[in-house]
Amino acid sequence: MTKLLILIVVVLGILAIAQLARVYELTARLRGKREEDISAADNRMNAMLMWLFPVVYFGFFIWLVVAYGDKMLPLAASEHGAETDWLLNFNWVILLIAFVLTNVLLFYFAGKYVFSKDRRAAWYPHNNKLELIWTVIPAGVLAVIVIYGLNTWNNITGPASPNAVLVELYAKQFDWTARYPGQDGVMGASDFRLINGTNPLGIVTPESVKERLAEMEAEIAEMDSVLAHSVMPDEKAAELRDLLERSRRQQARVVNLRTVMEQDIKEKGEASIYLHGADDIVTKEFHLPVHKEVKMLIRSRDIIHSVYIPHLRAQMNAVPGMTTTIKMVPTITTDSMRTAVVMDDTFDFVVLCNKICGASHYNMQMPLTVTTADEYTAWMAEQMKKPFQASAAPAEVPANTVPADSTAAVPANAQAAVKTN
Amino acid sequence: MGATIAHTDGHAHTAHHHHEESFVSKYIFSHDHKMISKQFLITAIVMAWVAVIMSLIFRLQLAWPGEGFAFTNFFLGDKWAPGGVLDPNMYLALVTIHGTIMVFFVLTGGLSGTFANLLIPLQVGARDMASGFLNMLSYWFFFLSSIIMLASLFVEGGPASAGWTIYPPLSALPQAIPGSGAGMTLWLVSMTLFIASSLIGGLNYVATILNLRTKGMKMTRLPLTIWALFITAVLGILSFPVLLSAALLLLMDRSMGTSFYLSDIHIAGEALEQTGGSPVLFQHLFWFLGHPEVYIVLLPALGITSEIIATNARKAIFGYRAMIGSILAIGFLSFIVWGHHMFVTGMNPFLGSVFVFTTLLIAIPSAVKVFNYITTLWRGNIIFTPAMLFSIGLVATFIAGGLTGIILADSALDINVHDTYFVVAHFHIVMGMSAIFGMFAGIYHWFPKMYGKMMNTKLGYAHFWITFVCAFGVFFPMHFIGLAGAPRRYYSYSEFPMFNGVVDLNVLVTVFAIIGALAQVIFTYNFFYSMSRGPKAVQNPWKSNTLEWTTPVEHIHGNWPGPLPVVHRWPYDYSKPGKAEDWVSQITPLEHDEEEH
Repeated sequence: MTKLLILIVVVLGILAIAQLARVYELTARLRGKREEDISAADNRMNAMLMWLFPVVYFGFFIWLVVAYGDKMLPLAASEHGAETDWLLNFNWVILLIAFVLTNVLLFYFAGKYVFSKDRRAAWYPHNNKLELIWTVIPAGVLAVIVIYGLNTWNNITGPASPNAVLVELYAKQFDWTARYPGQDGVMGASDFRLINGTNPLGIVTPESVKERLAEMEAEIAEMDSVLAHSVMPDEKAAELRDLLERSRRQQARVVNLRTVMEQDIKEKGEASIYLHGADDIVTKEFHLPVHKEVKMLIRSRDIIHSVYIPHLRAQMNAVPGMTTTIKMVPTITTDSMRTAVVMDDTFDFVVLCNKICGASHYNMQMPLTVTTADEYTAWMAEQMKKPFQASAAPAEVPANTVPADSTAAVPANAQAAVKTN
Repeated sequence: MGATIAHTDGHAHTAHHHHEESFVSKYIFSHDHKMISKQFLITAIVMAWVAVIMSLIFRLQLAWPGEGFAFTNFFLGDKWAPGGVLDPNMYLALVTIHGTIMVFFVLTGGLSGTFANLLIPLQVGARDMASGFLNMLSYWFFFLSSIIMLASLFVEGGPASAGWTIYPPLSALPQAIPGSGAGMTLWLVSMTLFIASSLIGGLNYVATILNLRTKGMKMTRLPLTIWALFITAVLGILSFPVLLSAALLLLMDRSMGTSFYLSDIHIAGEALEQTGGSPVLFQHLFWFLGHPEVYIVLLPALGITSEIIATNARKAIFGYRAMIGSILAIGFLSFIVWGHHMFVTGMNPFLGSVFVFTTLLIAIPSAVKVFNYITTLWRGNIIFTPAMLFSIGLVATFIAGGLTGIILADSALDINVHDTYFVVAHFHIVMGMSAIFGMFAGIYHWFPKMYGKMMNTKLGYAHFWITFVCAFGVFFPMHFIGLAGAPRRYYSYSEFPMFNGVVDLNVLVTVFAIIGALAQVIFTYNFFYSMSRGPKAVQNPWKSNTLEWTTPVEHIHGNWPGPLPVVHRWPYDYSKPGKAEDWVSQITPLEHDEEEH
């Protein structure tokens, strides 16, 4: 009801303005004034507003800085973050100078040189010296910005050292999974065709390939028997036949993968990448040690996501079909953040998804715990005790069930994800 | 019927050749550039309202997440807004279609379509476009594409929802989001037609400017509007085909099982067969159009502003040649900066550095333009028409948005603000607001030329000041929301305690957005009311120098009743010393021993 009232008031307000303008128009016509003749009073009013506006504009800016300045991200919790924060502040100083200077000139001139019948505008069509000045000065300033910026960029994006802590972040609609290389320090191979309920990352080991092939065999047999024995509409049957065809082709590819794997193991023995996956730690808990260089490998199962850790000033897309990497050195533990920086016992670093990815994009998050090196070692030892991948038993639709209607299955899935949040 | 204008002939077509036309050939399938320009404008106004209402719906959700609104329910019904609460998938759809409509249908089709059609023949002194028929086709492709885009709102699964940039695999897989079903197919079909429209139009604009300038209209005597529209058309011709190819490859990935953009995907419980493609390839192709597109949107607005500022400051535009030079520089550089949208896609960091360098280069011609506008105002004799107000407003938004662009172009700084509200603030101010201000300025300025009537000035003032304040009220706080780390395209921020400090800014933003939208009601009323009931315009209401003001108020085929005008000077002889008036039309011959400028 109140909303309706507001609406009515607003509509009436607009009508009133329109009628007022109409009255002005009619009286102006009576006085023989033409619409295009801007009266001295109108010019003065707009000139005054041109001077008033920057006051309001800068005032609003200052209010935002005062009221919300401390609600921005707290100090960077990573080495490169401290660097980029400095760079950002450096840029702000330059930009603020340019911002105030140009706005003041713009609005000051606009208000000052208001029309007068007794005056003529200056004849000043060009001045090459001036043009040169305001080409060269911005160029010089930008050169400084570019040099500082690229210097920082090169430091951030350079290769990680070989003994950096290795961790993989794996994205899918709508959650994150972390993987650590385990005892051997080597991340095992992975293949998306091996993904199933117990192997959410598709890690390739002789056992997981064997298990997946058996599963595929069973699925294909199941589909065959359904096709042979069940009565169903032609459309459904055609759909199922298609799926069966696809499954057979994928099965052939996994068989091929097995051959490649066996060959590799035969040639390289223990060094084969396929023998390094079994001890990998797959977990929903994401821990990092403080003051150690970390190299993150980022992958996606389905569509593009983006790893965004605002407090660490880190961001990188997760792209299906490729592995992207970033490196960083966390400098503040979660505990120190809680007790010394944000003064909030519930604070957690958090990984957000920052690339539009569907219905629950806005809640695709994973907390990150930064601990001291000792705590990290203890946590890692505990993780190693857990059985292979058990900690990541995901609550999800079992892989490769035959969806009755594959397009309908997902929105329902997505909806469910929304509700659980 | 209406196609019989002798375009290339300087004297054949005069008013007494005028023949009666049927309603259809005059108002619907018109070949006349002035009518086509009005068709573009009115279509764009309708599309803009659709996009504005969408933005209000998602602004309500962002300010008061999870609350029901009768407004939302009225437009979306129970399927997409049960109880008035916006559905998360529909939120993404609205964000996507709002962006698509605003960028392509309003600020590309609407802005270029309206003013290139209206101004190019009139300001270069031509009877009509090089090809009236192609010009008509260009509008009807645009119209058809608008209809298809609107139709996509009604299909099952909703319209395209992958963001206006439609990055695959999200846009390729209906399993990932319902909007990537029929909605996305229609989006792609609509855009294909839109690109065709834009290419046909662009070729026509370029041909007209190069070939149909009247006697004496040297390239260095062209108004800056024409220079801007010329380079805009060239950018469109060179970049839109790339988007077309990207869209066609995406269509094939979607419906024919190819894998240009898809690889190693496991979704909805099934491993897809596509391997070997790269989603990043799409981004390269998309932004190869996408970045020039920013300037396709912006340059016409800057050209319009140059013209209006000079006219209403009663002063020659400062640095005419520098202005042309900066348009050319911006046009060229816009093709080698697209990678700055992709700093965090895993693109080679060295390549990133190259894009940092080229992107920051573009700030130089932009700065030159701003300083030249300011110097034009300096010691001018400024008349505050609504068009002038919007032009000054454009300079202000161009400054505010341009400066934050420097942060985003700096790859090291982009890492932490990429895809946050900081970006939303940046491009809405620099591209959205600047371009729409240029469009408003153009409408107020050339309304007398389009309709032979005057718009109401007082309503224009109300429209400008409310819009101007609201533009900053809406987009300025978004910088702060972004610096707090809040990502864009989030349905709600309530899942993250870290944003609790800034979410109340969203309420402020939404309130400003509602007021700003209401101000557009004033404009729409003024526009349509003045069209029929406004006071009659005189031939040259703003005492302007350019050729369009030498044509009669009543539109005629071929624009000038007699022979085409002959041009003797540049268009910016305002307040020239030794002249009685403070303006000198381009058709006034140079006096003996008068310097051109």
